Amino acid sequence: MNAHFLSESVSLDQLALGTKAHVSSIDWDQLDRAEANRLKHFGFDEGVTVEALHLGPFGRDPIAIRVGRMTVAIRRRHAGAVHVVPVAR
Amino acid sequence: MTPLPLVAVAGSPNAGKSALFNALTGARQKVANYPGVTVERKSGRLMLADGRPVELVDLPGAYSLDPASPDEAVTRDVLLGRQKGERQPDALLIVLDASNLDNHLRFALQLIELGLPTIVALNMVDLARRDGLELDSNELEKALGVPVIETVAVRRRGIPELQAALDDMISAPRCGVHKHAPSELLQLQRRAREIATAAVIRETPVRRWTHRLDGVLLHPVVGPMILAAIMFVMFQAVFAWSQVPVDWISAGVSWLSGAATNALPPGLLRSLIVDGAVAGVGAVITFLPQILILFFFILLLEGTGYMVRAAFLMDKLMHGAGLSGRAFIPLLSSFACAVPGIMATRTIDDPKDRLTTILVAPLMTCSARLPVYTLIIAAFIPNRAVGPVGLQGLVMFGLYVAGITGALLAALVLRRGVLKGGGGGFMMELPKYQWPSLKDVAIGLLTRAEIFLKRAGTIILGTTVILWALASVPQAKPGEKQSEISIAGHIANGIDTVVRPIGFNHDISLALLPAMAAREVAVSAIATVYSIDAPDDSAGAASLTDRLHHRWPLPTALAFLAWFVFAPQCISTIAVTRRETNGWKWPLFMISYLFLLAYLAAGATYWTAVALGL
Repeated sequence: MNAHFLSESVSLDQLALGTKAHVSSIDWDQLDRAEANRLKHFGFDEGVTVEALHLGPFGRDPIAIRVGRMTVAIRRRHAGAVHVVPVAR
Repeated sequence: MTPLPLVAVAGSPNAGKSALFNALTGARQKVANYPGVTVERKSGRLMLADGRPVELVDLPGAYSLDPASPDEAVTRDVLLGRQKGERQPDALLIVLDASNLDNHLRFALQLIELGLPTIVALNMVDLARRDGLELDSNELEKALGVPVIETVAVRRRGIPELQAALDDMISAPRCGVHKHAPSELLQLQRRAREIATAAVIRETPVRRWTHRLDGVLLHPVVGPMILAAIMFVMFQAVFAWSQVPVDWISAGVSWLSGAATNALPPGLLRSLIVDGAVAGVGAVITFLPQILILFFFILLLEGTGYMVRAAFLMDKLMHGAGLSGRAFIPLLSSFACAVPGIMATRTIDDPKDRLTTILVAPLMTCSARLPVYTLIIAAFIPNRAVGPVGLQGLVMFGLYVAGITGALLAALVLRRGVLKGGGGGFMMELPKYQWPSLKDVAIGLLTRAEIFLKRAGTIILGTTVILWALASVPQAKPGEKQSEISIAGHIANGIDTVVRPIGFNHDISLALLPAMAAREVAVSAIATVYSIDAPDDSAGAASLTDRLHHRWPLPTALAFLAWFVFAPQCISTIAVTRRETNGWKWPLFMISYLFLLAYLAAGATYWTAVALGL
């Protein structure tokens, strides 16, 4: 694997469908306690690989995201708290 | 008597926990609420090889001991021995999804830290294999320090081995509970990932079924179309398949009332049994086939993993009304009957989202309103065409739209008022698709039917007997009308003064009280009033239409329709709301705001119609 990181990070709601990315940071303060816990439950953590898979048909919201072996759906607002660096091939 | 050993079955959502619980305990399960909360407590009994019984309790699915929902809080409290109405478990059975170990092991590690005797069921190993994942359960056993048994709960595989392991665990002398300093979530997650990686023997990358299916089912254009098609089939089934059993039940009820009439001497007792108990309960039992078919579909949608996808597709639209995508199926189900709809709201995590959904569910036009709508429309709306469509159909459509609009507006107002706050919540796992076992669906169906019959049944029986008593006491002397002389008649006079301003007449006042048992009873109540007034005339449906047409002015009829769009005229719904909200506060709130809406809508309709000179 000679994947290299692009320098700039984007928020997860801006990640193009089908693009893999690494989580660079998460603004836990943007979320309330239950929301933050739920993101942790889904396995969101720095360094984890994620991929945006599907968008809701109305207003491109919510977003289905693969985290590890799981697929989860979260709303755009929550995805905005997660910053990722796309992996270029 | 010493209590049975209590084994708690715990695991993350979508680990196949309920299927495993069913496989271990069979159909005989007890379902109740934990005291003070609306979280379901499901327990069952398991016999060990030597015949000793063990009590199993199926804890709500949780991702960790740091809760993000009321269900998860109950799971934590039970495990820590802090839950009211539950003793601390003697042992744990942890259920893991083999193909999602790196996530599920986090909760398992937290649970093992509690220090209770523990067994791990490595479930759904078949699905993991389908995804090209080969695991080493011995490696996992070493890393976790507790026995690990491979299972496929939906196919009942690995169950004897699991029972043997449970037997060993319970027979072994019990060591005390260690109190570890709880580890932090993210740390646990990292450890979980290491252990999961170490347990993988090999992984062949395959294009996963679920991923392929999601490409179609969550497609922005095709997805909603398939959802609409599935919903269409569901509704076809609810109305078409239910016809035959409904006819049987109606026949059974009339046979029963005939038999009771013949067996008993005329008098109060006969009237109590025939007109009170049999008629009232019969009216409600008639809805059982529809309710069961609806539950069947809901269980199937849940079991296959499609339910969450439907929520995903509809979330944005539902969010606009202050609800979550999770509310979609419960609200849609309420078009057939609000009872299963309200019971299905249990899948909504956020308590305020859930309560809002429950409170607006009765506004969806349920099938019990149809007889009332059909009668009034046939009597008052001329059967002529407006452009390409019939006027009668248009009015019927308008009534549905009025219900939906009312529900969305009510949800918006509730979310800004009494149920303000919370509810950013749409964070859900999209589980793998799988075919649920028929037995699991059957057990689910049985449990729901029992809850409905028990909860609704007792309250309905009580209410119909009270309604009967009000209508039968005191007995009319010759020359008096029973409907006028009885307590119900006097209550109707009271209702009369209240509903006179919105254009209702005395016939309607008399029908409103008995219609509380179920809305369509209003039709037979009105028919009864007329057959008492003119006993020689046979009260066929056609003549009822004619009579209504001559006795009611059009504005009154329209107001009556508007009333039924909103009025909470259904004891079953109120009973189920009481159960699902754990008290009388919210059902009373629901009754009040819906009656208020009904009154305002009927009044507005009446006076508008009068002003227009209809």
